[in-house]
Amino acid sequence: MGCLIELKNVTKTFDDQQILKGIDLKIHENEFLTLLGPSGCGKTTTLRIIGGFEEPDSGEILFNGIEISKLPPYKREINTVFQKYALFPHLDVFGNVAFGLNIKKMEKSVIEQKVSKILELVGLSGFEKRDVMSLSGGQQQRVAIARALVNEPKVLLLDEPLGALDAKLRKDMQTELKKIQKEVGITFIYVTHDQEEALTMSDTVVVMNDGEIQQVGSAIDIYNEPENRFVASFIGDSNIIPGHMIKDCLVEWDGYEFDCVDKGFKENEEAEIVLRPEDIDIVAPEDAKINGTVKSVVFKGVHYEIIVETPDRDYMIHTTDFHQVGLFVGLTIEPEDIHVMYTMEWM
Amino acid sequence: MKYFKNFIKPYLIWSFLIIVIPIAMIFLYAFTTSGNNLLTISFTFDNFRRIAESVYVAVFFKSIKLGLLTVVACLFLGYTFAFIISRFKESVQDVLILIVTIPMWINLLLRTYAWMSILSYNGIMNSLLMKIGLPPIFDIYTDYAVIIGLICNFLPFMIIPIHTSLSKMDKSLIEASYDLGATPIQTFFKVILKLSMPGVINGSIMVFLLSISTFVIPKLLGGGQYVLIGNLIENQFISVGDWNFGSAISLILAVIILIAVRLTKKFDRNEV
Repeated sequence: MGCLIELKNVTKTFDDQQILKGIDLKIHENEFLTLLGPSGCGKTTTLRIIGGFEEPDSGEILFNGIEISKLPPYKREINTVFQKYALFPHLDVFGNVAFGLNIKKMEKSVIEQKVSKILELVGLSGFEKRDVMSLSGGQQQRVAIARALVNEPKVLLLDEPLGALDAKLRKDMQTELKKIQKEVGITFIYVTHDQEEALTMSDTVVVMNDGEIQQVGSAIDIYNEPENRFVASFIGDSNIIPGHMIKDCLVEWDGYEFDCVDKGFKENEEAEIVLRPEDIDIVAPEDAKINGTVKSVVFKGVHYEIIVETPDRDYMIHTTDFHQVGLFVGLTIEPEDIHVMYTMEWM
Repeated sequence: MKYFKNFIKPYLIWSFLIIVIPIAMIFLYAFTTSGNNLLTISFTFDNFRRIAESVYVAVFFKSIKLGLLTVVACLFLGYTFAFIISRFKESVQDVLILIVTIPMWINLLLRTYAWMSILSYNGIMNSLLMKIGLPPIFDIYTDYAVIIGLICNFLPFMIIPIHTSLSKMDKSLIEASYDLGATPIQTFFKVILKLSMPGVINGSIMVFLLSISTFVIPKLLGGGQYVLIGNLIENQFISVGDWNFGSAISLILAVIILIAVRLTKKFDRNEV
């Protein structure tokens, strides 16, 4: 996969507030890349800079190796699906989808052919003459995607496109978006604050916070090997515990020593240990190093969320087995489920 | 909700008293001969036949022509103004709109008197021209003085509805248009103008309605010999005292306005 878009040290300031503090990012061909982060982290600004709606204060944006940061949006081979769809209310479905093709002054028959093909792809065949404002949220969404894709862009930008849909529809659209991306075979850059959405669809997840990229990696990497405390706490639930790396593959916290798989730390270096709640097993007290009492049990649908109180700290555990409050239990963790991160200076 | 419906009743009675009854009276007057009392009403079409006389037809055409001219001029000026205003940030927009509406706080008559002194042969404009060595070109009691008066008085009625529809417009639609490859000029004609059509239509109807029925402006800036429909009606009621003929002209004017409104609305629907 070749590198399609490259951001080099991109910064942006709005009203004395630095929104982007030097973003470096490579986006490849045919990649489903998600910018994930809490609101105000700069993910939408990054997307708007790629789309050409904002100009960066400094830095470069290379598209196929060519600097484009000064190029207006109408000259970029990039199309966008806007947050609230931004469909033209004065045009019907056909008019909306054909807008870009009409601008390019294509032949009428070609336009009709392309529009009906793309409407078929998004599952809206036969909707050509419908008024866009009479469509449901999910249908408007599809029109917005069709309107962008019909121009055969190299890159499709999606700015929280599923935010306005209900949970069920959102799940369906996630699968569908991924399917569409595979079918058309172009790069999708997707912005969301929903970690589940990001993990479900993306080839690459870019976790952002406070105008900086925290981690870039596959969904599995991001979840299993968070690089810092922010990523660990933002993606999924986790127990984050301060401790030490005694040596390679041996970690210590609260006086317990555990085998792990992490290497490359200095001897006795301070570190933070991430334990995912579903990776902790509840066993009989005599079979485990850590012992504690069940403090609370909350039914969450698929699993129970159990808080186990130990003398040093509380552990959050997700399990499908029920354990009585007040029960004395042991906790075990497999070495590969212990994730050790460098302690962040600012925490 | 039902309870609140009762609150509308006083307004219904009020609008009946001040709108429905007067219109009914105008109808009655227009179709009757003069000198009626309530007991002996004699109906006639004479009032309408009189309007068909060439003098009056000419007045109607002149009024419509002037009204359309004012609409077109106000449309170009007003759209430009409204568009420029809508580019500023919101706080500045409020101030600019205030400036646009300030003249409307002053009585139309006073404003028109002001235009008389500005445009008259010995007025400010000509003395300015002569200062820089040009011959005086302005004078009142001319066509263009009336048109300038109409435009300047009714321009706010064009600016405000257009500005409203422009400032209400979702900015992401403009971005979407750029995104789909449209240049700023294409975006203006294919998106912005189309979406501001309701404002354009409302403003045009308002300006047309006002300029076709005005009588103060043509009287003061056009002089006594300058007669438009408004002046015709005014004369019938005030100086001649023929209320029946005046009512008939008013009805015809109302019909012209209705037709104009319908035509614009229809044009609007076909376009959009």
